[in-house]
Amino acid sequence: MPNIGSYDERVKNFNWKIAEQELDYKSGDVINIGWYCSDRICQMGKADKLGLIWEGPGGVEKKYTYNDIRLATNTIGQFLRDLGIKPEDRVCLFMDKIPELYFGFLGILKTGAIAQPLFSAFGDESLFIRIENAQTRAIITQKKHAPKVRKIIEKMPWLEYLIIVDQDPAKPLQQREVALNLEELPKVETFEIYPTYAESPSVLHYTSGTTGQPKGVKHVHYSLISQYLTSKWVLDLRDDDIYWCTADPGWVTGTSYGIIGAFSNGVTQCVLDSGFSAENWYRFIEKHRITMWYSAPTAIRSLMKAGDEIIKKFDLSSLRHLASVGEPLNSEAVIWSEKVFGKPFLDTYWQTETGSIMISNYPGMKIKPGSMGKPFPGITATVVNADTFEPFGEAGKIGLIAIKPGWPSMMRMYWNNEATYKNKFKNGWYLPGDRSSIDNEGYFWFVGRDDDVINTGGHLVSPFEVESALLEHPAVAESAVVAKPDFLNMEVVKAFITLKPGFIASKDLDLDIMNFVRKKLSPLAMPQEIEFIDSLPKTRSGKIMRRILHAKEWGEEIGDTSTLEND
Amino acid sequence: MEDMKEIIKTYVTNEYVEDDSEVTYDTPLISGGIVDSFSMVSLKRFLENKYKISIPDDKATPEAFDSVNKICLLVNEYLK
Repeated sequence: MPNIGSYDERVKNFNWKIAEQELDYKSGDVINIGWYCSDRICQMGKADKLGLIWEGPGGVEKKYTYNDIRLATNTIGQFLRDLGIKPEDRVCLFMDKIPELYFGFLGILKTGAIAQPLFSAFGDESLFIRIENAQTRAIITQKKHAPKVRKIIEKMPWLEYLIIVDQDPAKPLQQREVALNLEELPKVETFEIYPTYAESPSVLHYTSGTTGQPKGVKHVHYSLISQYLTSKWVLDLRDDDIYWCTADPGWVTGTSYGIIGAFSNGVTQCVLDSGFSAENWYRFIEKHRITMWYSAPTAIRSLMKAGDEIIKKFDLSSLRHLASVGEPLNSEAVIWSEKVFGKPFLDTYWQTETGSIMISNYPGMKIKPGSMGKPFPGITATVVNADTFEPFGEAGKIGLIAIKPGWPSMMRMYWNNEATYKNKFKNGWYLPGDRSSIDNEGYFWFVGRDDDVINTGGHLVSPFEVESALLEHPAVAESAVVAKPDFLNMEVVKAFITLKPGFIASKDLDLDIMNFVRKKLSPLAMPQEIEFIDSLPKTRSGKIMRRILHAKEWGEEIGDTSTLEND
Repeated sequence: MEDMKEIIKTYVTNEYVEDDSEVTYDTPLISGGIVDSFSMVSLKRFLENKYKISIPDDKATPEAFDSVNKICLLVNEYLK
């Protein structure tokens, strides 16, 4: 019997107090995610239980009990407090998926400061924009990523500390740099955890929009209530599970379900911090006897591409439950996973702003391959007319996904961006920016984004950010960036470029521009295809008509071109 | 072959290594987290431009790109 029991019964009798009671939390109590994910589990008699099994490049393995996690997070908390980090200060985590990232996240929360995780592959410009917006006080990183921070540190007078977790003692530290070697620091047995409350800020994740700079999504400690319960009911986490969430905590899945959901449920989780290969992933599952696997469509399609033969080399019989997130999971992938693993990947739908799963397929519920599933109990979701923001009364109509605000892990604001935050709410609904329909049995079916944001491998990329970076390249006169369909990543970045006089299109220039964006922003934002053209389609007022280029890439009707220049 | 190894090693070091870590001909590039799956596209493009070859997408696997030595073997297949 799955943890959720009967989905329909749960919907009828739902109250968030179910999670509050399981977590022994009452309204008005202190609630600190750092404590719930470490100290509380120890107090429940699981101090010696393995909480984290980490494997890095070259097969290096480290194991940590919940007591180890408690001590490590205390130690980092004390280290930060001794530096003068105060509640609500922003502390950025800019690291690969190493243990210090997981412990650093919880350690920051224990001090009452706000954890600001950023994807370690970000280039210096992506990093600067986000650090500037948050006015981050300290960055915790590895020596391999420190050069990217050093490159921009002079532009960031507000940044007081660059904390390096693996600093070579023989090498001198530079100004504002501090070494934090967790294995050498004395373990802090008792740490006074800052008394955060339900609405105290916890996490600041950055997400991209069509226009403007990335938005800092502020979450609070009360988000735990949603993250705990959805982990239990959707991911079906149980005490004896060996859980593997493949997401990077630089993104929201990696924190909501790769840290908070897993540790607050007291399960053993595994982390693989090395690049993707089908063989390596299957070996990892076999070695650690993974039971619950939460991954992403891009990875699943990469595994499909690697073929079925390779699977026969491994014993994957430990797998009990599979789920997917990041972009819509195509029906072929669901059917394939049922064929090769004996169980389907269940698609889950949510986003950075929602903080936890909103619409999902559930263990024990009838699965319709390709469908997003149904709203989580306690979540009121529908599809509304894009003009009136009124819900459709009939099945099959395509409109905007709309969710009634009020669940615990809902974002509380966009950092320094009240106007954009308010714009996400219409007619009493929160609009995630996606389109779908609902069938006559209440299942949601994803259609696409309602804006120009590119979803590549489950990560959102702003065309505006890429276009801005492109314009800094000496050869680029103008650019327009759109999504291009891609089998593995669903979408990839494609750039249309006009060149400045004196520059000639060539394969070498193409590569130079790709690498320029990769280093400035991130590998995700790097155009995987560049098309050099003589002029971009524009309106008579000079605005680039990105939708015409998008339609061309997707083989769609171009639509109204009456405002097109030179039409 | 030695020239090719050195050219590719130098390119990988300059383009994908952020600190002063040394890359050898056998350093794991993909499984070692030096080159990610998105960046592989630019590495493949470099090889195609440099050696005037075309590597089919289904041959550009993480395994085939996992070290300078393996990349050289792949490139040599298409140089013939």
